[in-house]
Amino acid sequence: MKTEPAIAATETEIRAPVLPPKKLTPRQLKRARRRRALSRFWAAFRQSKMGMAGLAILIFFVGVAIFSMFANKGALDPTVTTNGPRLAGPSLKYPLGTQVDGISVLSLTIEGARISLFVGLAAAIISMALGTIIGMWAGYKSAVHDAILMRITDVFLVLPWLALAIVLAAMFGQNFWIIIVIIGVTSWAGTARLVRAQVLSVKERNYIERSRALGASDAHVVIKHITPNLMPVIFANTILTIAIAILSESQLSFLGLGDPQSKSWGTMIDEAFHAGALTLHAWWWLMAPSICIVLVVLGFTMVGFAMDEIVNPRIRER
Amino acid sequence: MTVLRAEDLRVTYSTKGGDVPAVRGVSFEIDKGEVLGLAGESGCGKSTIAGAILRLHSPNTKIEGTLELEGEDVLSLKPGRLRAVRWTGASIVFQGALHALNPVQKIGDQIEEAIQVHGMATQKEAAVRAGALLEQVGLPPRRKDDYPHELSGGQKQRVMIAMALACSPTLVMADEPTTALDVMVQAQVLQLLRSLQHDLGLAMLFITHDLSVLVDVSDRLAIMYAGKIVEEGKASEVFHAPQHPYTAALAAAFPEIGDTRFRHRPAGLGGDPPDPQHIPSGCPFHPRCERAIDACQTVVPELWDAGPGRRAACVHVAGAPSLESVGS
Amino acid sequence: MGTAKYLLGKLGQLFITLLLVLSLAFLLFRVWQPGDPVTTFAKATGAHYTAEQLDQIRHEWGLDVPLPQQYVTYMKQMLTFNFGVSTILSPGTDVSSMFWSRMAKSAILITTATLASVAIGVLLGIYGGWKRQGAVDQGSMGTSMVLYAMPEFVLGMIFILIFAVGLHWFPVNRYESAIPATGFAHWTDVINHMALPWLTLTLAYVGEFYLVMRSSLLDVLGEEYIALARAKGVREKYVLRKHAVPNALLPTITLVALSFGFILSGVITVELVFSYPGVGKLSVEALDARDFAVLQATFVISVIAVLLANFIADLTYAYLDPRVRRA
Repeated sequence: MKTEPAIAATETEIRAPVLPPKKLTPRQLKRARRRRALSRFWAAFRQSKMGMAGLAILIFFVGVAIFSMFANKGALDPTVTTNGPRLAGPSLKYPLGTQVDGISVLSLTIEGARISLFVGLAAAIISMALGTIIGMWAGYKSAVHDAILMRITDVFLVLPWLALAIVLAAMFGQNFWIIIVIIGVTSWAGTARLVRAQVLSVKERNYIERSRALGASDAHVVIKHITPNLMPVIFANTILTIAIAILSESQLSFLGLGDPQSKSWGTMIDEAFHAGALTLHAWWWLMAPSICIVLVVLGFTMVGFAMDEIVNPRIRER
Repeated sequence: MTVLRAEDLRVTYSTKGGDVPAVRGVSFEIDKGEVLGLAGESGCGKSTIAGAILRLHSPNTKIEGTLELEGEDVLSLKPGRLRAVRWTGASIVFQGALHALNPVQKIGDQIEEAIQVHGMATQKEAAVRAGALLEQVGLPPRRKDDYPHELSGGQKQRVMIAMALACSPTLVMADEPTTALDVMVQAQVLQLLRSLQHDLGLAMLFITHDLSVLVDVSDRLAIMYAGKIVEEGKASEVFHAPQHPYTAALAAAFPEIGDTRFRHRPAGLGGDPPDPQHIPSGCPFHPRCERAIDACQTVVPELWDAGPGRRAACVHVAGAPSLESVGS
Repeated sequence: MGTAKYLLGKLGQLFITLLLVLSLAFLLFRVWQPGDPVTTFAKATGAHYTAEQLDQIRHEWGLDVPLPQQYVTYMKQMLTFNFGVSTILSPGTDVSSMFWSRMAKSAILITTATLASVAIGVLLGIYGGWKRQGAVDQGSMGTSMVLYAMPEFVLGMIFILIFAVGLHWFPVNRYESAIPATGFAHWTDVINHMALPWLTLTLAYVGEFYLVMRSSLLDVLGEEYIALARAKGVREKYVLRKHAVPNALLPTITLVALSFGFILSGVITVELVFSYPGVGKLSVEALDARDFAVLQATFVISVIAVLLANFIADLTYAYLDPRVRRA
């Protein structure tokens, strides 16, 4: 009548397919887990229309930037264009028109892509590194460290960054790398606060306590336990930081503080403005770099928001 | 007199990942003055039912079947009537210890809001009544000028109870009212609920995953699994002599202190509750069931007779039709 | 009383932050500043100074005493708004006086634009969050993101191109016409000139405020006390007004306070684009001339302005959130 349940067979069949119990080393397991996590993340990201659109924009501009490293140099040489039209509107030969020296705006814009993107990226890396280190230190170490570091962070949060940046630029020069450092050094505070908050919440988890009870050093706990937990949030924040860095660079360049040897989009706008492009109706000279800035920043923002949604899912049913 | 009647109640959420059938055909009745306990693990659909009764779900959520509160069809109520019925016909006690109270509003105001929304009293009368309600749950009336953060978890829960009674409802639904509390406070709050229910003759729907709590409080018990009721009957009988394997496992996981059955064999239930979008074929419990047989993979059990005043959805119960006569 | 303690605490923090900032300013403008301000000043005036006269100036400016002593004097000076004299832009002129005249113009522009921006952003954000994915919400989200991605000066220039150069509705720049009118006509003239810069500043940040308020409201709408309010039979609009919005405003205020620094940064470029004779434009002129005395004043004044604005935000927060007022 009633047969003894052949549980083992039925159970494994019903449940989701489980990987055969191969003997994997911890490192291989970790790598496999990470790969799976990344592919899950990518699958979720692919679903976000906003994220994919932003990614498309970024890929386009990175392509332009890479292109500018190999081609385009010739068109920028003013001696080539002395006979060309000046301040001419868009035409077939000059799709984005020319500026006051007869140089094609398109070529300038392509060149500017590389500079603006590079400065933004580099400055963001510095900002992220500073912010993460300070945030982790403040969150993980004793309350005294935390209090002091947070006071300093507050100072930088409160400072209108441009007021500080122009002073630094005026003092230390307008070199390409100095600008990068200045932007990095004035914009880390937001990241520091975010990282600190995350560290504080992760710190209380049980496995951290257990690890310390077993005698793990601070460095060990931070590197092996806390940092992996923070990676997704930090990564999403980095993307948004790059967007802000690009905007910041454009502001500094517009004020004339950009490196005159490496003309970013902001520098282009500065030159255009001071050459009177506004009153001369040379809108192409102003708009080409402007629209590029807007598109690139939008791209990073969309990707950043999409990532943030995946990393911090908000369950909103009602 | 039947206060609440549900028949073949089905609730389906629509999400980005597809439709999620949280409740898949649930029927029960609660009479005046009766306490029905609804137990099950997280995700079995029990809280969804409470929300459905007051139609608190988003407009995207599909609710089908019959749901009658004091004879009135809840599912077809117009917005105005629905708002009038809410809180006066049935009210809810959430887990107050977390974020069920507005942090920036005084608790007295929150209680008075319930009264005034239904036009039951003037401002002054409502204030007096709020104070009286607080007293009824064991809090000094002057605390109505306090903000939620000034109260302890247990006190907040009492406020939730006071608020639920504000409009003298016929049915009170308690959704995990003691889960977030310390054990001692849990006991006090349960005692309070019991005495209020008894004194005021309230019908109550008590929802929790902690079976041992329900045994004391409820008259009847219904156990839910994967969106359906799998066992129901008199509370003490269901707990001490479960007919469905899931009930047995659940009871074993929450032994009463002093219950010698489990002293030497603490039992647990392996595995996880099924994903509502991927419910196993046949009996949804069979992958985790100790007593599953081959037929369990194909036969969808219904609530069959399992004794006097008892029903259970398992092929092993007395009232289950013989396996040969049941198709897949 | 809890509120007083909270506010005093915030004031104390403000003061410590101010001291730290002023110390940073000391480092920047006294210790690290390239060149010798006295000789720079002398060169800028074009007049000839003897060595003793230069030393005399050095003594007047307090630059011949050891650094620690300079530090103390410096702090006192900064806190009393004594910024010394301009070295290059307008050699010898008292820096403070250069500021006060321009301060009012910037202040009107900044305060009205910020208030408008916050008000519009918050109100739209509430509406957008409530009617999520509706036409207003989707349109506003897109517009907000584009506005967020646009540098303020770009927005300003677009407005100039369209409204001033293109349509001739507004003047291209400045604060008032070359031949200033008098009386009432003067005010309409000023407003006419301020319109585009004001619009630029308002729209530049409205996107952020919209996104923040909307996000905050959506978070709050998922809380249990909202479900409870509906369960009690409260009408939707009161659920929004009495439960959702008061709670959603709290994180919004915090984030709005954080953007004051960005708004002040933005003013600098906007005033440049419109040649609006305010404090921002002055800083640009000082930057071009490398007049560190004026730059120093810009630095300190802008920081104080942000601190003040933050304090007002803290006051508002304390008013709205009883939890920070605990006795």
